[in-house]
Amino acid sequence: MFKILKYSFYDLMRSRWSYVYLLFYLALGFVLLFLNNDLSKGVITLMNVIVILVPLIGTIFGVMYYYNSREFTTLLLALPLKRFTIFIGQYLGVGLSLSFSLLIGLGIPFASYGLFQSDAVGQFSLLLITGVFLTLIFTAISFSIALYNDNKIKGFSYAILLWLIMAVIYDGVFLMTLVVFEEYPLDNFSILATLLNPIDLSRILILLKLDISALLGYTGAIFQGFFGTGAGMVVSLSCLALWVILPCMNMYRKARVKDF
Amino acid sequence: MIAVEQLYKRFGKNEVLKGIDLKVDQPGVYAILGPNGSGKTTLIKAILGMVIPNKGEITVNGNNVSKSPVYRQDIGYLPQIANFPANLTVKEIIRMIQDLRNSTPDTGQLIEWFGLQPFLDKKLNTLSGGTRQKVNLVLTLMFDSPLIILDEPTSGLDPVALLKLKRLIRHEREAGKTILITSHIMSFVEEMADEIIFLLEGRIHFRGSVHALKEKTHTHDFEKAIAKTLTLNDSYV
Repeated sequence: MFKILKYSFYDLMRSRWSYVYLLFYLALGFVLLFLNNDLSKGVITLMNVIVILVPLIGTIFGVMYYYNSREFTTLLLALPLKRFTIFIGQYLGVGLSLSFSLLIGLGIPFASYGLFQSDAVGQFSLLLITGVFLTLIFTAISFSIALYNDNKIKGFSYAILLWLIMAVIYDGVFLMTLVVFEEYPLDNFSILATLLNPIDLSRILILLKLDISALLGYTGAIFQGFFGTGAGMVVSLSCLALWVILPCMNMYRKARVKDF
Repeated sequence: MIAVEQLYKRFGKNEVLKGIDLKVDQPGVYAILGPNGSGKTTLIKAILGMVIPNKGEITVNGNNVSKSPVYRQDIGYLPQIANFPANLTVKEIIRMIQDLRNSTPDTGQLIEWFGLQPFLDKKLNTLSGGTRQKVNLVLTLMFDSPLIILDEPTSGLDPVALLKLKRLIRHEREAGKTILITSHIMSFVEEMADEIIFLLEGRIHFRGSVHALKEKTHTHDFEKAIAKTLTLNDSYV
């Protein structure tokens, strides 16, 4: 597995797109800090970018890498290697190289603006942790989708559709539900609904670490009461981890019975 | 070496293999032939463990194919379409495959044989189709595997490389290896194959030497003999 990981990672690290992605974050980080001149505000703006963009990039890269390396995968399948090893290795190669671009691309500008001397370290690390989780989650989901669909166009469409649902439509439905059922107690429902969507979960986790969480009002107080505690944090991070593990298990199941 | 018993495979409603029984236990060159969609590639992929059969059993050197991937240590496989990670050089891909198979054979002779020295430091996506096929052949043949499976080995090769490939296959045969080949180039098959395994509609329709096939169909021309087997209803197995 580690050999496949190494080669996929190495292959991607030398591809132009990894650099474009890295440069994008470098530019974004420096521009945001230059305009805001404040680390905390920079984190807020970045959060909005990260929770939407990172899943999208993870999805696109995951699907693209799977389909582009399909013939090469056939070559690997003829080697004395276990099937799951090949796919998990490739998946981790993509996921980790994207995560590295994110960590380096955002880490350099923030570190050079004196991150380690400020009190925004906690917020910023949480931002990076959720960013890495979102990368791993959406790459895993897109790999899984690609494994089920031999048709490139279909696989691509399903993956993008899933991103759209998670990033946009889910929130709309969530909000509508809150409005329609406003007469009922919705505390537990909203916490559960947040836990079930990794994008929402990441957003709430970061927001609660920021001063602006006070603006969330009553909902904010409920969230703070759950996610703000140590136990809530553990539950949230476990949920994110579960979002990585479940698609991986699915990959394992599908890879065992698939014809190539 | 290879034993296939009652192999069935369907893709959706399309039944591709309908009970294949095949035993290959002597070294030599075996050509798997058949019209498009007769199940050649599916059979090869089932032997390689890439296609999971619906029914039946395949053993390679006594190892059940579905149990563990270790038996593939004895197989060198040349896929039909060769596509490598675009950012690797020829040298790197050779080293990578060696690393993945935990074996570092000497490739100097093969590289020289196919004239690949000038391309060793070039990236794979800059190579022409024929050169890529040569790289692919090096990757397949460098391990000295006792069983070699070549899916359309001639595609993209220029006449000189084709001659060299033929000589190489003969050399491997003399070394006592079992070589399975699929090809659409009948002259290539006629020249190389010791035995022909002719698939038709998911079953083995004919098995025997080129000479036997010609005799059965009363023709001297191999291509015509193949065409004739397709039109005859009774099986020669």
